[in-house]
Amino acid sequence: MAGIPHDHYEPKSNGEKWLHSRLPIVGLLYDTLMIPTPKNLNWMWIWGIVLTFTLVLQIVTGIVLVMHYVPHVDMAFQSVEHIMRNVNGGHMIRYFHMNGASLFFFAVYLHIFRGLYYGSYKAPREVTWIVGMLIYVLMMGTAFMGYVLPWGQMSFHGTAVITGLFGAIPFVGESVQVWLLGTPNGAIDQPALNRFFSLHYLLPFVIAGLVAVHIWAFHSTGNNNPTGVEVRRTSKEDAAKDTLPFWPYFVIKDLFALAVIMAVFMAVVGFMPNYLGHPDNYIPANPLATPSHIVPEWYFLPFYAILRAFDQEVWVVIAVNWLSFGIVDAKFFGVIAMFGAIVVIALAPWLDTSSVRSGRYRPMFKWWFWLLAVDFVILMWVGARPAEGIYPYIALLGATYWFAYFLVILPLLGVIEKPTAPPATIEDDFNAHYAPNDAGSSTLAKPAE
Amino acid sequence: MFRKLTLTAATALALTTGQAVAAEVETHIEDVAFSFEGPFGSFDQMQLQRGLQVYTEICSACHGLELISFRTLHDEGGPALPEDQVRAYAENFEIFDQSLFDGEGDFRPATPADRFPASSLSNAPDLSLMAKARAGFHGPYGTGINQFVKGMGGAEYIVSLLTGYEEEPECALEGEPMEGYYNTAFAAGGFPDSCKDDHGKHKVPGSWIAMAPPLYGDDVVYADGHASDLHHVAEDVSAFLMWTAEPKMMARKQAGLTGVIFLTVLSVLLYLTNKRLWAPHKKKKH
Repeated sequence: MAGIPHDHYEPKSNGEKWLHSRLPIVGLLYDTLMIPTPKNLNWMWIWGIVLTFTLVLQIVTGIVLVMHYVPHVDMAFQSVEHIMRNVNGGHMIRYFHMNGASLFFFAVYLHIFRGLYYGSYKAPREVTWIVGMLIYVLMMGTAFMGYVLPWGQMSFHGTAVITGLFGAIPFVGESVQVWLLGTPNGAIDQPALNRFFSLHYLLPFVIAGLVAVHIWAFHSTGNNNPTGVEVRRTSKEDAAKDTLPFWPYFVIKDLFALAVIMAVFMAVVGFMPNYLGHPDNYIPANPLATPSHIVPEWYFLPFYAILRAFDQEVWVVIAVNWLSFGIVDAKFFGVIAMFGAIVVIALAPWLDTSSVRSGRYRPMFKWWFWLLAVDFVILMWVGARPAEGIYPYIALLGATYWFAYFLVILPLLGVIEKPTAPPATIEDDFNAHYAPNDAGSSTLAKPAE
Repeated sequence: MFRKLTLTAATALALTTGQAVAAEVETHIEDVAFSFEGPFGSFDQMQLQRGLQVYTEICSACHGLELISFRTLHDEGGPALPEDQVRAYAENFEIFDQSLFDGEGDFRPATPADRFPASSLSNAPDLSLMAKARAGFHGPYGTGINQFVKGMGGAEYIVSLLTGYEEEPECALEGEPMEGYYNTAFAAGGFPDSCKDDHGKHKVPGSWIAMAPPLYGDDVVYADGHASDLHHVAEDVSAFLMWTAEPKMMARKQAGLTGVIFLTVLSVLLYLTNKRLWAPHKKKKH
């Protein structure tokens, strides 16, 4: 790995040398596992491991589910119930998979907001950030298509709403919708179920590939850390003062965090597995009966709220409609806003003008950041409320702040804010919390006596 | 004030109005302390057997249980009927077997390997998953956290529905007579305009349901001598329907408990390992 100087794998025995000169795979594994990691990483740096584990959990449980699932409109619902009732351990595998999606998004949101606070998106980590956002978008697509597979009421009518979004695109919308659903009249039927099933199986492997790229990218630049100060690369000795090898220090730390999170996850799966689901999805899909309350899964709600926030009474929508000669109507505006809300996160590296990386040393930024976090939760809440009374106004306010944060506040703050001084080195920050290590920071811990 | 969603089209319209309705209809859902609630709750085997009796003698006239195999009545953690009783019980049902008569098919008595018949009436929904397809309550404050100790309230919803038939409210007598029966727990039925205020808000809870009151009390005679008043019978059949909806609930909670204990112990061990590992590098400041 380029970047932080550290010891590399040296093949010793003849066998190791033989393999290393032909395929340096042991060296690759060694360098990946022993990568120098800033020793001041806090507990918000554990979500990567949780996410990797969850991806594996979803793929493994998913593969088993596919062994019993039947992607047919007349049999999909029954086959899921067959898994729940007749397959050995099937009810646990399915509940793991179902709640695993929620764990995945819970962890990814904390992971993303960690990055936003500590400026992990800033140079030189823009590629890591962009790849991460691609993973997130693919996760959303995968989760949505997975939710369709049981072919319950919410699966069916949720599909109608989401594919309807693409129908809002001017000129080509209807063709796109027909192309997505695979039926000439835009009906949601067997072709839609089949292709969603196919893609739901494919995309997780694309995600796995992108995860490898994501890790490769930040292993090249080195991890960010709570101070946002880079590891010293002047010499191996200097670097060693700022870092500790990933194994065993961070592997054990991350495994501890993972075990705690899995204990909570196990309690949800074991004691309230349907907490995050909708009762309507235990009713077989019926095109003729629309559920009284179509709500997306919780992890889509903030963006669903933004979608609904811009209705035709908002002046921006009216102005855009007029300027575009009616091509961009309220419906299409909402769709643009929803996707735009994700795009602005991806553009954060270029929208943030501050020279200081970590929010820890940005007194004004902190407030705006926490307001964004609160805004996200409010949008999630209002996304589940009916679009009546005061709720649309709250949604509009929340959506406006979301865009204002990225498009106005982040660029302006860099100019008007006076940051405090970050520590000179990571070692200084670490020593400010813990007494300097008299044994020398490069010494490994002694095994138990 | 009329506000239109950004996603229009028929679905979206249904969505707005539907949500408005869902937000307006109040229903009376009574909280029942079922034995299967909470992380340590378990099904009451005798109650499930009584519920099966209520289903068989009353509900099955119209409603099916097409996802349930007779053999599962023998399962541990369920009604756990002895095998010979399951066999005898299944024989009471006739099912259509396509393999008989050289492929022409014919009716024959059911065996434990068969499933309960489907609903005999098109507007009588299948009851297999009913206790999971309805959520009686989602509190406090809409967070649904009380699922952890109370379940999602599907069984409570069924109890409330079965006991929620009441005299039609006076406001309903003013307009056209309503079809169906007034029920304070049912949200999705017809509702007379004469019972709405000027803003369309419902003045009385519930709505009109097509199903006639199925239970009146003392509808069955329990072999175990258990009370058979309306409320007890409704509770018994609701508990049975919770089992049909979630037959592996006991196994699931057991697995959950084992998992939580295992992971808690693992967490403690990893915490200590981590602490020891980092100790040379992290010396607390004095």
